[in-house]
Amino acid sequence: MKPGHGEVLIAEGDVERADDEQRLIEEFRRQLDAGLWAAVPVSDREGRRESLMVRSFEDIPWDADRVIFFPRAAGGR
Amino acid sequence: MLLALAATALVALALLSDLIVPRIDELWSRFKARRHRAPTWSYDPGRERRAEARARALLRSCVNEEEWSMYRDLGFLRVWGTLADGPDDAGGTGGAPYAYLIYPHRPILAYLAQTHRLLNEYCVTFPDESRPYGSSRLPDSDDVLAKWMALTGDERRLITTANMHLPGRQLDPAQVRRDLWRLSQWERARMRQLAGGDGPAPADRQSAA
Repeated sequence: MKPGHGEVLIAEGDVERADDEQRLIEEFRRQLDAGLWAAVPVSDREGRRESLMVRSFEDIPWDADRVIFFPRAAGGR
Repeated sequence: MLLALAATALVALALLSDLIVPRIDELWSRFKARRHRAPTWSYDPGRERRAEARARALLRSCVNEEEWSMYRDLGFLRVWGTLADGPDDAGGTGGAPYAYLIYPHRPILAYLAQTHRLLNEYCVTFPDESRPYGSSRLPDSDDVLAKWMALTGDERRLITTANMHLPGRQLDPAQVRRDLWRLSQWERARMRQLAGGDGPAPADRQSAA
């Protein structure tokens, strides 16, 4: 998510391909270094939707089809 | 004779150069400035609408069908709280179920699910740190999705980050109670529909757009 723009595709690839995985890891780190939070939408066993906040690439579920980056939360007025 | 005139002209030019050169320089600068194409930032009236349309599609793909319908029809989302003693360490809920109402670009509001007692307002923003001079804000639906992800992913972290205020600071308690009433009506109508009957749509159904 990007303020003023909405959803923007940053990178895509197949983690089973080594070159794609490396590129995705680098992009993931770059987004987190830029101060963004990362979340993966998931469903629990009852079908309830929730999100999983991820702080490293290894935290991402293997079957996740996307990671959403969004600005870090801050206290508002 | 000609030589004398030419010499006189040269002398005159040399004497007047202090006046002529700055003038020529200024004219040249103006000429260059006219030819220079300044970058224009034309306002695109469709940009925000497109951004919001993308944000709504993203939100819809993340939340379940009930939550999407709730946001589409009522303009806010309800997220159930999961902390054992409520969001507020000082007060606590005594184990009573509680939930949050998520409005776009408004504080998150915590309330007791059974009594509808309003607990707190949590003011939180998602500023773009990459633009030190300030930035435009997230589209409405992205703001809701960011709050939803942060709440369902790490409720305590978001609540700790937010600035907590008593109810009524920004959200009108009467309006919030009306929203809770609308939500209960909406849920009843939805349950009737899911049960197979063709119950009437919520009377005060409205678009979140």
